[in-house]
Amino acid sequence: MIILNIKKIREDFPILKRKIKGKPLIYLDNAATTQKPIQVINAIKEYYEKYNANIHRAIHTLGEEATEKYEEAREKIRRFINAKSTKEIIFVRNATEAINLVMYSWALNNLKRNDEIISTIMEHHSNIVPWQFLRDRIGIKLNFLDIDDQGFLRLDHLNKIISKKTKLIAITHASNVLGTINPIKEIVRIAHENGSLVLVDGAQSVPHMKVDVKELDCDFLVFSGHKMLGPMGIGVLYCKEEILESIQPFLYGGDMIKCVSLEKSEWNDLPLRFEAGTSNVEGAIGLGAAIDYLNKIGLENVREHDANLTKYALEKLSNISDVEIYGPKNANKKTGLIAFNFNNVHPHDVSHILDDEGIEIRSGHHCAMPLHKRLGIESSARISFYIYNTKEEIDKFIEALKNIKKILKI
Amino acid sequence: MSEIYKEKIIDAYKNPKNFGRLEDADIIIKDVNPGCGDEFEMYIKMSNKKLKDIRFSGKGCVISTASASFLTEFVKNKKISEIEGLEKEDVIKLLGIELNPVRVKCALLPLMIIKAGIKKYKTMKNVRE
Repeated sequence: MIILNIKKIREDFPILKRKIKGKPLIYLDNAATTQKPIQVINAIKEYYEKYNANIHRAIHTLGEEATEKYEEAREKIRRFINAKSTKEIIFVRNATEAINLVMYSWALNNLKRNDEIISTIMEHHSNIVPWQFLRDRIGIKLNFLDIDDQGFLRLDHLNKIISKKTKLIAITHASNVLGTINPIKEIVRIAHENGSLVLVDGAQSVPHMKVDVKELDCDFLVFSGHKMLGPMGIGVLYCKEEILESIQPFLYGGDMIKCVSLEKSEWNDLPLRFEAGTSNVEGAIGLGAAIDYLNKIGLENVREHDANLTKYALEKLSNISDVEIYGPKNANKKTGLIAFNFNNVHPHDVSHILDDEGIEIRSGHHCAMPLHKRLGIESSARISFYIYNTKEEIDKFIEALKNIKKILKI
Repeated sequence: MSEIYKEKIIDAYKNPKNFGRLEDADIIIKDVNPGCGDEFEMYIKMSNKKLKDIRFSGKGCVISTASASFLTEFVKNKKISEIEGLEKEDVIKLLGIELNPVRVKCALLPLMIIKAGIKKYKTMKNVRE
């Protein structure tokens, strides 16, 4: 076990020096987006100051350098998730776009009426809405796995509802509300025995734990760069090469072609076939720098730090009366986030009052309205941690939370 | 401490006026704040091109509930045209607090529903200006 030097890590994040309403910033909304270390900011700055050019086409030095860095970032991502080849790493805008790519390029062309997709009640809207579109477009059926009272997936239901009609299981690796980590390896085994593919939403897992696509054997993995120290507007679709080779492109235009005549066009090789138009070069380079930073710390240490903070916060929260916590109470079985409600106070008010103390937390339905309905609530408040958070920050959060009663006179 | 959680706001939140239902409502209409899923249902009784009575039900935050309380009180016995003319600034004036853009959405939810209710009533009754 290595104890992270949090003080040193915090120095890498310029934003942590700022004050909110005169109070030091306590940033507890990392499941929405993380802050960026100076190394990532500098990587983007350096790109624009030293080698900005459009990639893949230019013969000149700048173009060559930019292309090299862009492809270097792709290789860093390949290694990070242990993909077989960089052909399997597609740059997209975010996890949502990656799911849409899979829906339009693979599902729309390969599924037919009465085929089925299994998803879960704990999905982010991004892993529900595209499949609803597909259902309405071609008449597939959607089934959703439920959760138990503790917020774990009812895996026993999977064997009951999976059938030869099931073409895809679209599931989150970790819930952005409950924090629940789903047994993806087991689900992939069941799916593959049945001849179904598996899409894993890794938006909440890839930033926080070691995710190995070879070990999981999933067919698709999607995640966003901005939730893992990288810039916004860059995300990744991992897809097995044989699937990518067999499906139609998503977007059409420049860069994704080998040869164009007025009669027809020939598609480019992987992965560029799926990256039409000028790419988000600064995004890819920034994400590459973020991965370097995470590798330096070590994903196992990130996971341990998250779990320590979560355990501490769960203990503190359970000591306050009238706090209802959603999802598993065991920090080792969830990612570093806790959704809760406090004393019937609306989460917007909780968030607003905490903001007056410089504490930034999430409130609302967190793009998971079906899950909130399942929990019997409209909305919740959520704290989520990352490498720069401390127990002292959690203490201040707890103190501010207790103070809400006084402010609202309850 | 926050500027927005003033006594009159918190009082209106804890004991909102016109909370409940109207049995003889001409219009029952609800809407939701997509940002948080808050939902209010308004019961509106009309008479002689005026809003005669109004109740609301649902669960919201301090700001949206206080806004519903003040606004339902304000629109009673007002002419359709007056209610149609109500703007963001009028709601903020009723509340007497400054709000950031996200919380303005909370404050405006009740007004949006009342205006939609009036529109529905006009379509139903084919009311002319």
